[in-house]
Amino acid sequence: MTAPAKAEDPPRKKGLTRRQKRRLSRGAQYVVFVAAVIAFAVSADWGRLKNQFAQADIAEQMFPDVITLALKNTVLFTVSGFAVGLVLGLVIALMRLSSVGPYRWLAGIYIEIFRGLPALLIFIFIGVAVPLAFPGTEIIGGTYGKVALALGLVAAAYMAETIRAGIQAVPKGQMEAARSLGFSPARAMISIIIPQAFRIILPPLTNELVLLFKDSSLVLFLGVTLEERELSKYGRDLASTTANSTPILVAGLCYLLVTIPLGFVVRRMEAKAQEAVK
Amino acid sequence: MSENTPGAHPEIQVRGLHKSFGDNEVLRGIDLEIGQGEVVCVIGPSGSGKSTLLRCVNLLEEPTKGQVFVGGTELTDPDVDIDAVRRRIGMVFQQFNLFPHVTVTENLTLPQRRVLGRGKAEAAKVAAENLERVGLAEKANAYPASLSGGQQQRVAIARALAMGPAVMLFDEPTSALDPELVGDVLAVMRMLAHEGMTMMVVTHEMTFAREVADRVVFMDGGVIVEDGTPEQVIGDPRHERTRHFLSRLLDPAMAEVEEGRPDQVGEAGR
Repeated sequence: MTAPAKAEDPPRKKGLTRRQKRRLSRGAQYVVFVAAVIAFAVSADWGRLKNQFAQADIAEQMFPDVITLALKNTVLFTVSGFAVGLVLGLVIALMRLSSVGPYRWLAGIYIEIFRGLPALLIFIFIGVAVPLAFPGTEIIGGTYGKVALALGLVAAAYMAETIRAGIQAVPKGQMEAARSLGFSPARAMISIIIPQAFRIILPPLTNELVLLFKDSSLVLFLGVTLEERELSKYGRDLASTTANSTPILVAGLCYLLVTIPLGFVVRRMEAKAQEAVK
Repeated sequence: MSENTPGAHPEIQVRGLHKSFGDNEVLRGIDLEIGQGEVVCVIGPSGSGKSTLLRCVNLLEEPTKGQVFVGGTELTDPDVDIDAVRRRIGMVFQQFNLFPHVTVTENLTLPQRRVLGRGKAEAAKVAAENLERVGLAEKANAYPASLSGGQQQRVAIARALAMGPAVMLFDEPTSALDPELVGDVLAVMRMLAHEGMTMMVVTHEMTFAREVADRVVFMDGGVIVEDGTPEQVIGDPRHERTRHFLSRLLDPAMAEVEEGRPDQVGEAGR
């Protein structure tokens, strides 16, 4: 660059070109990655890990109970909690969108409180406070009812916000068209708006299902019978009787058995929704 | 085709209508009567309040002041059953507003069943008849998204007709369409006019207004400036504002020059 630059010459900075910088950056990232993997593989004591977490005979004795009892209960807790959360969440979402002020405030307060509390505290509250406050009244369904209620209360706060966003994402013209055809506001909401809103929020709702699936492990704070144990409790119990952590690993794999396919489904739905927009 | 003079009971009657959005007064005192079987086209520059007027006629916008009567019932009466009155009034939107989550047929049957309480078979029969009328019988099982804009708008018209309305309101029904699709929609509207439907049409289609309308209403700045036969309002406008609007609409190239004129700046800013 000693010759005087002509006006048309693209400006060139000294040192590395943009392409060289990009190569250097990517190369550095690979080096760091490989180094980290090697450091981890060398420093971890694989033998002890294997002894503690991967005993084939212990894993074997978990079947079929880990599926037929523990996984079944986890799914049952999750689905019932999701159902309660969905109904309650829809009600709260509609209250949040109501023209009546107190409904909006109440819904807002509910959402803030239950989103702000750890799910664990709500489980303890349901398990301890409710029986104290209303002695003699049993929550319907025993432990299953309590779990459905506790999970539902937590999920409802998140789902209400999701559902509200979904309802608001339906174009305004849909409500106008329905009203101009003679639909009452409530009928228009039920027949026209909510079905479209749910299509929009199917991916985030499925994500919520995954979160609930994991939160169902908190049932152990309610005190459950042997027959009511779900994956985490079952794994922990067995881990303490065998003095080995293999059951924890197996229970963990059972969670992934469900959450990974669900995550895959969510991404598929999101991709499809993206396509529909184009 | 239809009588030009409103009968004893005008189908649509608007009295002293005002509408404000906050500080913005969009309608400043509208009086309008539309007789049974009459076709009235409302024209005017954007922002003139013509769409707001139309939306006030079925109370999608609530008037700030004034009265609206349709078929002798006062819509602006707070105690009126607005859902019942709206069944008499069909509305067609610029953006079609079909229900995207159901098929074309279900777009027509759902309102009949939910609002009118018609049985499944009857609703399906009425739906089929009306799809036939707008020439889209073969699209009965398609979803709205797979239809062209013109087809969607014809389905929207059929959906309104399936409710058996006495009055049809059209809010710029062809403004969102590609030019080559406008004709099909206008043909359906022309057919309705010939069948004697009472129609109020907000439009920029001057050819349609001239050929089909019994009356043309020109609005500007929230008031009705001119109201008369198409020959008079479009062919021989009395007001400068009407002439100015029409010249810009019929010859857009002229608009560049006109807008530069200092005395027109205020007008364009409306």
